[in-house]
Amino acid sequence: MFRKVLIANRGEIACRVIRTCKLLGISTVAIYSEADAEAPHVKMADEAFLVGAPPVAQSYLNVDRILEICQETGVEAIHPGYGLLSENTGFALRAQSAGITFIGPSVEAIAAMGSKIESRKAMIAAEVPVVPGIARPLADAEEGVSVANEIGYPVMLKASGGGGGIGMQVVHTDEELRKAYAGNQNRAKQFFGDDAMYIEKYIEEPRHVEVQILADQQGNTVYLWERECSIQRRHQKVVEEAPSPFLDAQLRQQMGEAAVRAAKSIGYSNAGTIEFLVDKHRNFYFLEMNTRLQVEHPVTEAITGLDLVAEQLRIAAGEALGYSQAEIKMDGHAIEVRIYAEDPKTFFPSPGQITAFEAPQFDFVRNELAVGPNSKVTPFYDPMIAKLIVKGKDRTEAISRMQQALDHYRVEGIKTNIPMLREVMAHAAFHAGDTTTDFVAKHIQKK
Amino acid sequence: MTEITASMAGNVWKVLVKPGDTVEEGQDVVILESMKMEIPIAADFGGTVKEVKCEEGGFVNEGDVLVVVED
Repeated sequence: MFRKVLIANRGEIACRVIRTCKLLGISTVAIYSEADAEAPHVKMADEAFLVGAPPVAQSYLNVDRILEICQETGVEAIHPGYGLLSENTGFALRAQSAGITFIGPSVEAIAAMGSKIESRKAMIAAEVPVVPGIARPLADAEEGVSVANEIGYPVMLKASGGGGGIGMQVVHTDEELRKAYAGNQNRAKQFFGDDAMYIEKYIEEPRHVEVQILADQQGNTVYLWERECSIQRRHQKVVEEAPSPFLDAQLRQQMGEAAVRAAKSIGYSNAGTIEFLVDKHRNFYFLEMNTRLQVEHPVTEAITGLDLVAEQLRIAAGEALGYSQAEIKMDGHAIEVRIYAEDPKTFFPSPGQITAFEAPQFDFVRNELAVGPNSKVTPFYDPMIAKLIVKGKDRTEAISRMQQALDHYRVEGIKTNIPMLREVMAHAAFHAGDTTTDFVAKHIQKK
Repeated sequence: MTEITASMAGNVWKVLVKPGDTVEEGQDVVILESMKMEIPIAADFGGTVKEVKCEEGGFVNEGDVLVVVED
């Protein structure tokens, strides 16, 4: 096992990684920007180093400075967390050349899943279902029209390098497609420097269900069941739960096995997540693979009893999994909500000075916090300030416990989405497990 | 005379108008940036820009006056 690890991240995830390192007796090195000098992760780590000015390009993405600190402090490995440098092949390569272990999959595996078109080809070869469409960029809008007529409208027009909803549009007619093509191609070129466009069947009433996998460097791969993450705003997840209320044992096994095939086909090791769309007829389709730890990993930890960060560290250090698929347990039901510093109605960011902060304390609650009672929430980073996770013996108990926990959550000085989360937890459609990706637009925003 | 205010706290990313400019209702005058999100602020009435009360790179709070417009 490693003796010393640098955490190339901030916020709650840096704190969460440091916590497991401490449990395993690993020394920790934190990095921070000028805006984060007082942040919790800086205080928790054994050593902490300033990397630069507040904007991420000058601090948390400052690869030269981060690698310098690695050399100076003699760390053996880097945990990238999620976002920031976690799926950056250039960074992983440079760490590797410097003799430092990147805690994640190989550079080749990150690259294989980094392009939507390349990953789709790989999944078709591995017999993992993909959304009907074509696996190569369109030549022009007219080719798009002819493909759309083959697979049937509505179709989704997507940019290969896209993310966060940018460069994506649902179209219903030839005319709409022609119009959308030019606009989205321009935007894709501007934002991602890549104007390759592709097209696929639009899945109606979709659910976002993802499968967590773990793979060691010896070739053992297991799946740790699924997470249902359909409740989103601005294409970002807000509520996540495990298991999914929509899956039965047979579908769970089919999706789990498909996820393992996907991972094995690209020689994947470490923790990873295969995201699927599931339609109302229970067909599932590969969406993308996240080659890192996910924000919502705690719900999987709650039902399996595993510590995913500890598993990541062991795998990166070369240890074998030491258990088989049949030994993975599934116990109870867990729900996570993301607490965002934002207006609960418009979802506009709300940075500022926190004047009072109290997270609920119950034995069924897990709090992951990026802030404390006197924290200042700066406008430089993601608006997520905390995660709240509860576990119950079943979904009904988990929902009622989440409601109880949210009633005891107190944040003053800034606006948060807590009122919106309470609304979701109280909603009959949520209780019925009727959670599709348009949940927020359909049930919360329309009032 | 009417004031265009910030609908959220954040950094001023771009100022799109200068004093003397004519703006139309619905025209973006300032783009704010906060927490990885860009929010254009539009004029809710037309007129002539009398004063720009923010600068690019500066920080504004929700409700701060960004631009003053005269009919």
